[in-house]
This record gives sequence, structure tokens and C-alpha cells, in this order.
Amino acid sequence: MVMLHTVNKSPFERRTLDTALRHAVKGAGILLIEDGVYAAFDGTVVAEKVKAAMADHKIYVLGPDVAARGMSEQNVIDGVQVVDYGGFVDLVTEYDKVQSWL
Amino acid sequence: MKLSILVNEGPYQHQSADSAIQFTKAALARGHEIFRVFFYHDGVNNGTRFAVPPQDDRNITAQWTALAEEHNLDLVVCIAAAQRRGILDENEAKRQGKDGNNIAPGFRISGLGQLIEAGIQSDRLVIFGD
Amino acid sequence: MSEPWEDEPEGPVRKFMYVNRRAPYGTIYALESLEVVLIAAAFEQDVSLVFMDDGVYQIKKGQNTDAIGVKNFSPTYRALEGYDVEKLYVERESLESRGMTTDDLVVPVQLVDKDQLAELMEEQEVILSF
Repeated sequence: MVMLHTVNKSPFERRTLDTALRHAVKGAGILLIEDGVYAAFDGTVVAEKVKAAMADHKIYVLGPDVAARGMSEQNVIDGVQVVDYGGFVDLVTEYDKVQSWL
Repeated sequence: MKLSILVNEGPYQHQSADSAIQFTKAALARGHEIFRVFFYHDGVNNGTRFAVPPQDDRNITAQWTALAEEHNLDLVVCIAAAQRRGILDENEAKRQGKDGNNIAPGFRISGLGQLIEAGIQSDRLVIFGD
Repeated sequence: MSEPWEDEPEGPVRKFMYVNRRAPYGTIYALESLEVVLIAAAFEQDVSLVFMDDGVYQIKKGQNTDAIGVKNFSPTYRALEGYDVEKLYVERESLESRGMTTDDLVVPVQLVDKDQLAELMEEQEVILSF
């Protein structure tokens, strides 16, 4: 397994998700946390970009941060996997290393 | 696995400290070892015992202290970042000629070398910040 | 000039990469990440430094902070070589999109494109992004 990239910025305000995607090799994972979770939903202007990225990357979103923001897991883009903090820990250990894009 | 955590933002201002606490709890629950939690930049403000959040809010520093007591966590506040921001332990207060200290129980102040060592000794380093 | 808290631990040499993505002066991240790199040099790890996104502005020539009341720390980057920190990478796209060339930088660097950088990142064992 390769790298896990974490992204914690809203894609509507910052370019962190773009930067992470640009520097993620094929097979790398992307985990959306904190305000980064807003990238995970269907019906937004960034949804197509996230769907396109799924060809090369597994994309995960932190469920507790989704719930906290009043967003619905039902609207999470198909194929984006919702994880809890235990799942976050598992991803950190399953991938070879972590890059936190701050 | 052996994990270390870097916290780069102060409590309350940014979610990073809360995220780090939840991650730490989950990692311990999964049976992983937390080698060290290192506090840098404004993250050093996690280590003051003088903060008094409203009673209906969480007390982030107290949460760290409780975790440290329960799991023997090594909570290290960067000395250079701490000096800038007025976080002092007894030794540092004496060394700098200050009239008191404010480090919270369970935290210790040490050098950036502790962060590098955490990177060398741990299987993974996870960073929480802005 | 070693302080007691800067003990060098025994351990394997690991590949550390410091990723600088922020402009100087607007926030403290650039300065404090440089402080990490200077301390880290004493640990004799395999260190790479990357400047990308607004991080390329950290090493822009001609910084003059006289009128903002903040210390100009850009000369320190030129001292890195003396600390055996010699692998300095700049992402070509970040530099070019800001209308800059390597002539604008205070230190000699190796230009890499985003795909080369992605591969370099994959080769690392510890990545600290500021």
C-alpha cells in the first residue's frame, strides 16, 4: 500500500484537495476530515472532480465530522467510504505512511 | 503499531486538538501504542492549566491530562514555541525569571528533538493542524 | 551548542521530508518549520526540503522586513548547506504559476515537476507538512 493523504480544508474555500490529488500517486488513499468533508457530497460543484479522482484513489470521509456538520451520509458520493475514528486509525496503519495536507 | 501525533493548533480556535484527542482515543482502543504527542506552533496552548472554558464546553487540556494519566501518554510541548507563547513549567519559569508557571499536569516541556525522535521511532506520524 | 533537551537518540536513519507550503510573515508556519529543519539536521537523518504552493515565497530573494517589525529569516535558508541539508526541491508548477524562476530564489534548488514530486514523496518515511 502507498500513502494516505488527509485533507481538512473545505474545497470551496481552499485548494488543499486539489493539491493533494495532484500529488497522490495511483493507489494512494484520500481521507477527508474536519472541513474537508464538504468535498464528499453529491450535487456540488466539486463532486465531479471527486468522482474522477476515484478512478485512481480510494476516497474516505470521516463520519463524525459529517454528522457534526449536519450533512447526511445518504448524500455522500457513491463509492466514497465513510469511516469512524477507529476506521481512521485503521487507514493510518494500513497505508504505508500519512501525509497531512494542512 | 507505534504511532506519534503532532498537534499544530491551539485548542478551541481550530478543530485539530479535538481531532487529535479523538484519534488518540481510537488508536489506544485499537491496541496501538502512542509513542508521543508533540505540541508545536500554537498547539503548545493545549498545555496551559490556566484556561477556563465555559462549564458547558469541553475542557481540552483536562482531556489530554486525563488521557495521559490513564494511558501514561508522553505529552511534549515544544520549548521554543512555548517560550514565545508564554507556556512555562517550573524550571523554565525560574530560568527565564518569570513569576509563575502554567504547564498542565501530564505535559512536559522539551526540545524539537523530541519531535524528530518521534518521527524516527514511530511507525506512523499523524499531524493535526490548520 | 547543545542544550540538555536536545539529546540525540540512537536509531536508524529515516527519510524525512519537510514540505513548506506557506508564505513567510503572514503566519508563523514558515519560520517555525525552518526551526524544525535546523534542529533535525543534528539527527543525521536523510532530509529533503520541498518548497511548493506559497512555500516558494519563503525563499524569494530581496526580502526586506525593516518596515513590518519582523525579523527577516530568509538568509537562514542559505545556511542550511552548512547543516548538511542539501536536498532542496522546488515544484516547477508552483514557481512558474507565481511568475518566478530559480533566479528569484536565495538558494540553489532542484526543480521537480508535480509527478516527480509525488514520486519523491512516496519514497519518504516521514513527511512533515507545514
